[in-house]
Amino acid sequence: MAGEKKPKKGLNLNRMEMPRQDPKERIKNFNEVALGYTPEMAIAEAERCLQCKKPVCIDGCPAEVKIPEFIKLITEGKFVEASRKIKETNALPAVCGRVCPQEEQCEVLCVLHKKGAPVAIGRLERFVADYEAEVGAIEVPELPPRTGKRVAVVGSGPAGLTVAADLALMGHEVVIFEALHKAGGVLVYGIPEFRLPKAIVQREVDYIEKLGVKVVCDVVIGKTFTVDDLLNEEGFDAVFLGVGAGLPWFMDIPGENLNGVYSANEFLTRNNLMKAYLFPEYDTPIKVGRKVAVVGGGNVAMDAVRTALRLGAEEAHIVYRRSRAEMPAREEEIENAEAEGVIFDLLVNPVEILGDEKGWVKGMKCIRMELGEPDESGRRRPVPIEGSEFVMDVDMVVMAIGTGANPLVPSTTPDMETNRRGYIVADPETCKTTKKGVFAGGDIIRGAATVILAVGDGKKAARAIDHYLKTGEW
Amino acid sequence: MFRVVRKREWHPTITELWVEAPWVAKKHRPGQFVIVRVDENGERVPLTVVDTDKEEGTICLVFQKVGKSTFHMGLLNPGDAFADVVGPLGRPTHIENFGTVVCVGGGVGVAPLYPIAKGMKEAGNKLISIIGARTKELLILEDKVKAISDELIVTTDDGSYGMHGFVTDALKQVLDRDEKVDMVVSIGPVIMMKFVAKTCEPYKVPLVVSLNSIMVDATGMCGACRVSIGGVTRFVCVDGPEFDGYQVDYDELMQRQQMYLDEEKRALEKFREEHPEAFQGVC
Ligand SMILES: Cc1cc2nc3c(=O)[nH]c(=O)nc-3n(C[C@H](O)[C@H](O)[C@H](O)COP(=O)(O)OP(=O)(O)OC[C@H]3O[C@@H](n4cnc5c(N)ncnc54)[C@H](O)[C@@H]3O)c2cc1C
Ligand code: SF4
Ligand code: FES
Repeated sequence: MAGEKKPKKGLNLNRMEMPRQDPKERIKNFNEVALGYTPEMAIAEAERCLQCKKPVCIDGCPAEVKIPEFIKLITEGKFVEASRKIKETNALPAVCGRVCPQEEQCEVLCVLHKKGAPVAIGRLERFVADYEAEVGAIEVPELPPRTGKRVAVVGSGPAGLTVAADLALMGHEVVIFEALHKAGGVLVYGIPEFRLPKAIVQREVDYIEKLGVKVVCDVVIGKTFTVDDLLNEEGFDAVFLGVGAGLPWFMDIPGENLNGVYSANEFLTRNNLMKAYLFPEYDTPIKVGRKVAVVGGGNVAMDAVRTALRLGAEEAHIVYRRSRAEMPAREEEIENAEAEGVIFDLLVNPVEILGDEKGWVKGMKCIRMELGEPDESGRRRPVPIEGSEFVMDVDMVVMAIGTGANPLVPSTTPDMETNRRGYIVADPETCKTTKKGVFAGGDIIRGAATVILAVGDGKKAARAIDHYLKTGEW
Repeated sequence: MFRVVRKREWHPTITELWVEAPWVAKKHRPGQFVIVRVDENGERVPLTVVDTDKEEGTICLVFQKVGKSTFHMGLLNPGDAFADVVGPLGRPTHIENFGTVVCVGGGVGVAPLYPIAKGMKEAGNKLISIIGARTKELLILEDKVKAISDELIVTTDDGSYGMHGFVTDALKQVLDRDEKVDMVVSIGPVIMMKFVAKTCEPYKVPLVVSLNSIMVDATGMCGACRVSIGGVTRFVCVDGPEFDGYQVDYDELMQRQQMYLDEEKRALEKFREEHPEAFQGVC
């Protein structure tokens, strides 16, 4: 398509496609859908970059990745060096190359975007990170002398991992406390294997441990220790809270507690963290219906519905109350879901889940919607069409309508402010909370967002924590 | 970490383990629980902390073998370790001097009831304990409960020991006495707690029950544990495990507990083939 345009001299508009598993095959396995570039493909794609004097692409990157520089290294065949160039500012390239919405960040700003063929920055990032790992060249940079300061990081999602890595590189002693039995946050419990293989997350966690960071799982802050315990009894000089926004919302409609109704978090956690798709080799079971409805239109909903297909659902539906244009999920994920045969029931909203005499889901009553005036979010508000109720024939429902702040940490840290919605109040530039020595970043300060924004917070917080540890200034 | 240091077999299907978990031992208060995983393939299982030895840094867990995970845990011997123990989780019991408190425990529910009863006694309450089991062999912790109670009534369904009948029969007798009861605390099978609530209702005595729903993370992240309390959905792992016994939708809870019956059966059969030794003495 892009190739049919008449290119200006030197302008190559043939954006390199990335091979993927065939949809018919991939819905039968949990292997990664995207297969990644070959070195030849990567070089060909990298050569399209114009090496702009003022690289606008970087403005779109919350982690300030030196995009043209790493791409140049690819054109020279220096893949490992390219990966290290990214890691100078982003410790998680293999993850970000896979899950970042580049189409809204760096790639949308790329000067070639106007020509309809932005450089595939994300695919290149992913390629070099994987290459470095494959050739076993992951190297730990030299660490500066120890400062003797100790920082506790609560939560091991992208925010926590990033702040820990950066602080370790500054010479501080860092301990990560994670409530679950495995580090990675949403990257291990939420995002499925077929989109982000867990071995890759583990690789990033291993790297951070190699920097000297200690990861302690099975510790719930607010229960095992409070934030004050960490500061006063456990001898930490500062605390970073990267606890995410993991509290699942339900719709508050009748029938939501029937058997066969899951929150997306539960459905995905059973499958990803607990490996229920390998039951009974792994102990945790999971149910999958014949006909599954996933309510919601974000990335989480796409992950849940595609998981249901792979678990063997005959029909998997997305039920979303607005139209396709308003769906918050990444375009790529919506396309992947469509290719895999997911049925989209748009402008439809559930009003009741119906159960059989044994308490199991046997249907879902819905109402049709139309779009009215735009609301605060700028998206057109869905309004129910009177009298349009109908019953969907489903035997399982997954609620993927969003998550909120978990009160565990705030409720046990009385002198730290939260906002109306329960999120921790933090300075957007420094991630400082209202409690001295305590910083917060990632989803817990803004609500469910993206990996890269959490990474960006981690970087800012590390700088601010370093400053605080050196000067004692608050 | 998480090594087993002592083991006691109450019955071929009921095991007590003391496990190293110093942080949990230090922070634990009556009513709280832990999540354990037996090994790297294990599921996350909630178990109430029955007792602690803060000096030794250990916690006491008592469980009934009903499914694959609990039979597997029953194979752990001193020196073996759990893959994970995390806690203490849930809200502690509200303990104060209410006056006279009746603690009603059925089956292995006696185990989680014990620390609460002990806390109530230490707070100055007069403690009447009612503990019951299907039959004599399944009765646990009698001596420990007796040692802290002002009065102990034991019941067995088959009359093989103590009073012949259900705990609710004994409870009714106590409530019918001329003595004011200020609070009832009950832990046991859901059906038992439902009948405890029915028994208490006419007497308008405050009732607290502790619920054991299916859990995954137990940090409030998944909602697997949700129950209806007075028509409102609550999460047992963070909002509970204790709730007003008159507000619980027991029938819904029973239904939700059955969600994975088929899978549990399958996993148990597989484990029985692989580890017949775990089933010795079990018919
Ligand atoms: C299914 C799903 C798909 C997604 N897809 C994408 C995507 O494609 N692209 C994208 O950019 N973003 C995506 N996101 C969003 C992204 O994952 C999050 O924005 C990001 O992970 C937030 O990072 P975080 O570090 O703030 O917290 P999290 O990743 O949520 O990690 C928080 C960690 O803290 C731990 N924790 C919580 N409380 C405590 C406590 N009291 N004590 C100790 N530990 C605690 C939690 O167990 C967890 O491990 C997705 C989210 C989900 C759920
Ligand atoms: S804007 Fe596009 S072409 Fe320019 S440097 Fe960035 S990636 Fe390369
Ligand atoms: S067990 Fe997951 S929220 Fe309670």
